Amino acid sequence: MDINPVFLLAAVIVASTPILLAAIGELVVERSGVLNLGVEGMMITGAVCGYIAGHQSGSALVGFAGAAAGGAAVAALFGLLTLGLLTNQVATGLALTLFGVGLAAMAGQGYVAPNPVSVPKLPIPGLSDIPALGHIFFNHDGMVYLSIALVVAVWWFLERSRGGLILRAIGENHEAAHALGYNVRRVRFAAILFGGACAGLGGAYISLVRVPQWIDNITAGAGWIALAIVVFAGWKPWRLVAGAYLFGGVTALQLNIQASGLAIPVEYLSMSPYIATIIVLAALSGGRAPGSLGKIFHASR
Amino acid sequence: MKRRTLLATGASAAVAAALGAPVRAQTKTKVGFIYVGPINDGGWTQHHHESAMEMVAHFGDAVDFVYQESVPEGPDAERAITQMCLGGANIVFTTSFGYMDPTINVAAKFPDVKFEHATGYKQADNVGVYSAKFHEGRAVQGFLAGKMTKSNKIGYIASVPIPEVVLGINSAYIHAKKVNPDVEFKIVWIFEWLNPAKEADAAKALIEQGCDVVLQHTDSTAPQQAAKDAGNVYTFGQAADMAEFAPMPRISSIIDVWAPYYIKQVQAVMDGTWVSENTWDGIGEGMVGIGEISSAVPADIKAEAEALRDSIAGKSYNPFTGPLNKQDGSPWLADGEVAEDGVLAGLNFFVEGISGDIPS
Repeated sequence: MDINPVFLLAAVIVASTPILLAAIGELVVERSGVLNLGVEGMMITGAVCGYIAGHQSGSALVGFAGAAAGGAAVAALFGLLTLGLLTNQVATGLALTLFGVGLAAMAGQGYVAPNPVSVPKLPIPGLSDIPALGHIFFNHDGMVYLSIALVVAVWWFLERSRGGLILRAIGENHEAAHALGYNVRRVRFAAILFGGACAGLGGAYISLVRVPQWIDNITAGAGWIALAIVVFAGWKPWRLVAGAYLFGGVTALQLNIQASGLAIPVEYLSMSPYIATIIVLAALSGGRAPGSLGKIFHASR
Repeated sequence: MKRRTLLATGASAAVAAALGAPVRAQTKTKVGFIYVGPINDGGWTQHHHESAMEMVAHFGDAVDFVYQESVPEGPDAERAITQMCLGGANIVFTTSFGYMDPTINVAAKFPDVKFEHATGYKQADNVGVYSAKFHEGRAVQGFLAGKMTKSNKIGYIASVPIPEVVLGINSAYIHAKKVNPDVEFKIVWIFEWLNPAKEADAAKALIEQGCDVVLQHTDSTAPQQAAKDAGNVYTFGQAADMAEFAPMPRISSIIDVWAPYYIKQVQAVMDGTWVSENTWDGIGEGMVGIGEISSAVPADIKAEAEALRDSIAGKSYNPFTGPLNKQDGSPWLADGEVAEDGVLAGLNFFVEGISGDIPS
């Protein structure tokens, strides 16, 4: 068996980052009381927008900015429908996924498999020279660091800031928050935009770093995994990191185990990412859905 | 006399003019295609679609072409096929293994519609099956892989454990082993035909474990990109030429050449001569193409590979020629014995030397 743990762990981080980015965005959305099932659609829109923007400009930075904008744009559509026209969130979210996948396929025509832009690695000076650990943790592209920074920022915002308190209050009981004078729709719309931008970044991480190409259906269900991880993580940012890395980790590990020829039946290896994630996150039980999650809000009711 | 001839000619011309248009409309043949992936996946589905478009270009206005892409294998396929039949299709091509039972089920409900199912084995009066002997192309790939590898580790990204895939692994292994007794195959199953992220991860895992040749039986170009980024890794185009990755990492490819078959079968429907057949053609019949062997391959190896290709095409050599043992060491084919097509079509074991089990 010749699995190199240093390469494996670096691969784990690459496999986990798209899910982590999409999930942290969705966590904020759900904490504000909105259930957006359109993560997959926003991710794939971000993937194609990021690829096109990056390809046209030749800059990875522009690519990721375009991805965030694309993801936020389709999320805004969701926000207008659910907050403005009071449509059902579940149905709208599912529709957003179907819409996003189709839109991305259409926008991506003509961008199949030309040379991608290169996303430079940003080794952290000093730290990246540490043997083994340096390569695993401190020799990545900027998006990996950004994803971790985002988790920290979201945790701080939700748990330590006044704005986060308002957002959580709206998620728990939108009528009470409204009675206190908070603008429920404005806060939720901002949360939805944030969620869309994060999902877009996650999608672009697949099309610009992990694969890196534009291919139809490139996210292949990663958005649904992100959604599930938010629920299993009990809407808590730290557990979400554990869930995303565990899932990405076992996914990368099972491919490596197969390649190394270890005599474990392939069927078990293939299901292992899902089972491991469910078991660990269920064992960490606790966490409760926000009280107003998925409910339609109108000021007159 | 003269005037009568003139009148008769005029009358028949008038009748022809009156009937001509509606008759033509009725004889327009409606051809449907069901695809498992998007039509621009760069591999399997794209190639089916391009072949279908060649067929449409060949017949022009005589055919009415409809297709549906990214149809999931399983019950949903039944709905998609039924819809196509209700839409008046005369012949429907279902282009993935997983459409086998849905095709048979729908065919029973529409006895007047002809069906062509790719890579399956279940036939009915109005269901024909067709496939290509991809394993003949895999023999050439295996030969090149065995010659080109320096680490003697060859990676293989396998999709779904069906005979077609198992056959490809065996064929590649036999011919790699023949020219390089030290080769070792590392096989990764991803249980999907198209999942770019997973294919990329699998390719990277194989490369990190020392494989310097990666074969794929999945549909996207993601493994090609991973190999390109790694540098000195060789790959092969799958289903489509994937020439955009030549000369490195892609050093050759298997191309599925469906267009002549599609033209032939649609013509048969038009002529009313269509019968349910089991077609399994290879390099010789032109259904499997070997893509240009790139400049990254030394000329003498390239010439040998082409000779191997030609001997398979000319039927003087069968990729499954004994002596061959099964994985457990029990004898399968005696010296000089050639495997029959019927056995190959249902092959569900590895040959001796390949490690690992086939998932069930």
